Amino acid sequence: MFCIENVSVKVDSKILLENISLSVEKKECNIIFGPNGSGKTSLIKAIMGIGSYQITKGRIILDKEDITKKQVDEKALLGIGIGFQQPIEIAGVNFKELLKICAKRDLTQEDEALIEKLNMQDHLQRDVNVNFSGGEKKRAEILQLLLMKPKVLILDEIDSGVDIESLALVGSVLNEYIQREKASCLIITHNGYILDYVKTKKACVLVNGEIHCYNKPKHIFKKIKKSGYNVCVHCEGKHK
Amino acid sequence: MNNIPNDVEKAAFDVGFEKDIEKASASYMHVDHSTVLSFLNSKYKDKLEILDICLALEKYDWLHEYYWSLVDKEKDEYTKDAQDISGGYFIRVFKGCKIDIPLQACLALSKSNTKQKVHNIIFLEEESEANIISGCSVCPDINESEHIGISEIFVKRKAKLNFTMIHNWSKTTKVRPRSVVLLEEDASFVSNYILMSHVKDLQMSPEAICKGDNCEAIFNNIIYGKGLSLIDIGSKIVLNGKNSNAQAISKVVASDNSKIFARGILEGNQDKIKAHLECRGIIVNDNASIHAIPELIGNRKDIKMSHEAAVGKIADKEITYLMSRGLSKDEAISLIIRGFLSVDLMHLPQRIKNSIDMLVSQLVESF
Repeated sequence: MFCIENVSVKVDSKILLENISLSVEKKECNIIFGPNGSGKTSLIKAIMGIGSYQITKGRIILDKEDITKKQVDEKALLGIGIGFQQPIEIAGVNFKELLKICAKRDLTQEDEALIEKLNMQDHLQRDVNVNFSGGEKKRAEILQLLLMKPKVLILDEIDSGVDIESLALVGSVLNEYIQREKASCLIITHNGYILDYVKTKKACVLVNGEIHCYNKPKHIFKKIKKSGYNVCVHCEGKHK
Repeated sequence: MNNIPNDVEKAAFDVGFEKDIEKASASYMHVDHSTVLSFLNSKYKDKLEILDICLALEKYDWLHEYYWSLVDKEKDEYTKDAQDISGGYFIRVFKGCKIDIPLQACLALSKSNTKQKVHNIIFLEEESEANIISGCSVCPDINESEHIGISEIFVKRKAKLNFTMIHNWSKTTKVRPRSVVLLEEDASFVSNYILMSHVKDLQMSPEAICKGDNCEAIFNNIIYGKGLSLIDIGSKIVLNGKNSNAQAISKVVASDNSKIFARGILEGNQDKIKAHLECRGIIVNDNASIHAIPELIGNRKDIKMSHEAAVGKIADKEITYLMSRGLSKDEAISLIIRGFLSVDLMHLPQRIKNSIDMLVSQLVESF
């Protein structure tokens, strides 16, 4: 089980998030909705310990272990797999080599099958993410993560800038992985496209650095589509 | 190769010299002040010739017209000093002959307090093609040596030359190559230069002159500065023929206390030329420095010339991305540097690529 307990986050002296709490059970996928600038990506960076995003209060718990103060690589090795909204291009670093790093071994036949399923076999000898299309970058993220076999998948805007076919592929392998490996999954989205492809349990809304409204993902998304995010701020389901 | 001492053989191997000379189309080796090997693979006797330059000048009167015709004898104190040479290679690829395996040359220093002076001439006759691997190397534990190498390269009409130079010097070697390449119409010249060793002081700025129309000249430099190395490397391409293309790409890493000048000059003197200059530099610590000096000279309106230069540390985002895949910070930096120094785009023979990859691995392990 993965829990975020009363987490507050700041960058430099600016407080971005306050008292964020949420949890994801094993074999579950939860959603965080939120408009642009609401703090969704800041939350992910803070969870992972990236850059100058500092957790000033609260704890990140993975299977009862407090991992709040671990380094990025330690968190990755403990089982946190993060899928970036804008994956970085790294010229000169071979994609296949990175996949082996993720898998911590040579690629097996099973891995090759996954690579083909995600339609990335023609990208193996290319540089990481360099000149990949939007959909290819997102499929490359999922491929890397699944080879890492994480206990928790945290996916930032996995459905933005992606073609429908890529999204369907991603959804299919994610559903299978979450059930097979008893993993937890947290997906951040602002457009909700992913809901049509991934089996989700519950959702919340992040607005102005605070969590509002816990409910069924499709129910919340319907409300947001109808009345916008502002309605969530005053929602009766506000989490405290 | 039997008469070559082990330490010289090792030094030659380090710069890509194939020990089994039957695997090269031609082989040449000059150690200190003597030519110790000049071998033509019998399968290629009707396609090319290789000789020590002194013998070639005796054999061919016409060669005197070309000798010192591209490099100016009076250019500087080093060209003036290189009048009394001890040798160098003369390579001629005959008209229309395409050499399918590389020619190889090695210029080595094996003794301390040695000043080696060589002069090389390469001719690619019309419509010929060749791949030359030229290595310069020093034996371990020698002090205060100097290498002055004059190279004049003629790439005739529709000929193609791929020229790879690998340098392996020491903390006390001073190096002054002086090279000019002349391309006739439809000719192509690709230079790959690799330096990953210590060097005391190296200064060179090879020049390619595209005399004919539709030429292509490409310089790829990969340089890793370490220790107290002072490295001043430039590439100059002068485009005097219409529709000609030039590209000069330098990838430079400055570590320890090294100081690297990465220069580049592209000069467009005819219509419809295209030229691009690029310098990417990584500075590993605060004691190292990179000074990138890209220059474009356009003398016609109908030309397309560009340059980009970027110098600094490795992007934090790249390191974090790899750390999020489970690599430690040091492992991530090593992987990025190894990728940055990759020679994949140089299309080198696999054996040479493997030995360079091994060299890069050793460099990043010591990081």
